[in-house]
Amino acid sequence: MASAAQRRIKSISYAKYGYIFILPFFLVYFFFQLWPLINTFIVAFQGNGTNSGNPVGFENFELLLKNVTLTASEKAQLLDPNTPDDVYNALAAKNGAAGIHTDFVNAFKNTIILWVGNFIPQIALSLSLAVWFTDAKLKIPGKGFFKVVMYMPNIITAASVAVLFLSLFGESKFGVVNQMLAELGIVENLDIANKSTAIKFVTTKWPSRFIVMFIQTWMWFGNTMIMLMSGIMGINPSLFEAASIDGATSGQTFRKITLPLLSPIMVYTLVTSMIGGLQMYDIPYLYHVGDNVSKHIETVAVFIYRHFHTGRQFQNYGYSGAASVLLFFVTLALGMVTFYINRDTDAIAKKKQRKKLAQQMKAQNKQFGGLGV
Amino acid sequence: MSNMKSVYGEPKDNYMFKIRLKSTILFIWCLILTIICLLPIYLLVVNATRENTEIASGFSLVPGNAIKHNFEVMREKFSAQFKPLIGYRNSAIITISATFLSVFFSALTAYGIHVYDFKLKEISYTAILLVMMVPVQVTSAGFLNFMMKLGLYDNYIPLIVPAVAAPGIVFFMRSYMKSSFPLDIVEAARIDGSNEFRTFLTIAIPMMKPAIAVQAIFAFVANWNNYYTPSMILISGKPSQKTLPMMVQAVQASDKVRDYGVTYFCIALSIIPIVIAYVLLSKFIIAGVALGGVKE
Repeated sequence: MASAAQRRIKSISYAKYGYIFILPFFLVYFFFQLWPLINTFIVAFQGNGTNSGNPVGFENFELLLKNVTLTASEKAQLLDPNTPDDVYNALAAKNGAAGIHTDFVNAFKNTIILWVGNFIPQIALSLSLAVWFTDAKLKIPGKGFFKVVMYMPNIITAASVAVLFLSLFGESKFGVVNQMLAELGIVENLDIANKSTAIKFVTTKWPSRFIVMFIQTWMWFGNTMIMLMSGIMGINPSLFEAASIDGATSGQTFRKITLPLLSPIMVYTLVTSMIGGLQMYDIPYLYHVGDNVSKHIETVAVFIYRHFHTGRQFQNYGYSGAASVLLFFVTLALGMVTFYINRDTDAIAKKKQRKKLAQQMKAQNKQFGGLGV
Repeated sequence: MSNMKSVYGEPKDNYMFKIRLKSTILFIWCLILTIICLLPIYLLVVNATRENTEIASGFSLVPGNAIKHNFEVMREKFSAQFKPLIGYRNSAIITISATFLSVFFSALTAYGIHVYDFKLKEISYTAILLVMMVPVQVTSAGFLNFMMKLGLYDNYIPLIVPAVAAPGIVFFMRSYMKSSFPLDIVEAARIDGSNEFRTFLTIAIPMMKPAIAVQAIFAFVANWNNYYTPSMILISGKPSQKTLPMMVQAVQASDKVRDYGVTYFCIALSIIPIVIAYVLLSKFIIAGVALGGVKE
């Protein structure tokens, strides 16, 4: 009796410390994360530039998702000096918004292309390396060293990496890679003034995309490899042993044991990589020459940043906000897919079985007139 | 019997030979990957020690001797873009404070949820897990808009204080506590008359050192490398406020004075410290990444 009372007193007197301990986290969270998130939804329904702060309904979303073009008469009105001011301003705004849709669609496409193009080589490379490094039969010397080296690109500042690759893949006579190609005789002439045949790794569409994919793979395959390795090492080794005694080839072991048992971690890697891919920012933003971001590699994150960062006065929060909201729902959908795939299928199957069993019992009981057998 | 031997060879030798061949091929493949991983960094170091004119004349795998020259050119012509000492100072201020706040308050939050029983315990933990999924870019438009309204742009507060709420680290620390922090210790400390905060500071924190160390390293690297948030908040781009990655970007963007030797030199200054730290702590870091793979 006394102990129950004591326990009650204890729970009353210590619960408040629980709240005190988690309070700073939630205060900062509400102020710096949750409210900004809500605020993003608010600005998504507000105007851009000088019009910012005024509610505009779904206009931003419409502009992002639908193509706007001025009709010939509207264009004429825009050029006509006699047009009333308010009509002129509305048309000018519409004219300014005309490029937004193509920009956004382009950014979305680029994000998907760049993500797929870095994820496939990355997962192929990391998975094969992880399998080989954890194979007890193979004796690869210096495994620890390789792990350390392969993870290293991941810790280097992405902004510096972008500038480094930009210099290495430069298109002038300073570009190291083009210099190497010239040495090999693939590129003949690096003199820009004199019909340079240097490969344009920065300004042309697919070569620049390829370099961004390469950088992303270069930076992330070591990280994925180590994650997958720890996943494989978590698989019961007696399974591999049994397979090897039964004469399974390494391909069979991989397909029938490693892959199925690794699937939760594979899904986790896939989704974290996807969410990371949606956030791809530093490298696509910095990998360009001159003032403007390269359109061939502009991602959604760059699009968002570019619109709210156009200067201190005329920030297009509306477009950024609307794009962020769309990005949010894409992320949410991806997250839900993970939870769905990652759910405990065994537990669900067992539950179903139990239900079935209970129904059978019920039916049997009915058959025998409700008497237990 | 002897016939079989002539057809199949010594069974054991054949098997061993296959394994050895495969291992050798894989070793060579790993060496190639190592070269790919290290070559950009090596070329960076080589070119950072060469003059602009030397770089134009062709590539080289042998370092030059123009470090001093590049350093002087950087100080003369690029003083507006790249001031290494100020960059290190600014990056260090932001990184160290943000890392400390992240680790300390995450430990505090995880401890609060793990040790105490209160009504909102499970709900708050679920909320933290949900937050983990939201990418920074999604909130950044609203974040910047809000900070501009508060007048907190060109200010380090929005770069440091939000580190208090780091859901990923809380999740990690809670998992760690579940496996290696028995509640009896808290009970014993109470009996000995220690108050709750003292128990946390003098007993829980020392016991969680391994988890704290791993998370501190990752938080440090993430903050040091962060380019997105600082370039967003430090909107005026005052040279005295810029972090190191922002300075590297400024060197690259300055078209008027193009000097590749100096560009490489500045990049090298920005990444060499972190590479050295990595080499020293690599065992720790690799083990930490591997832990991330275990959490289902």
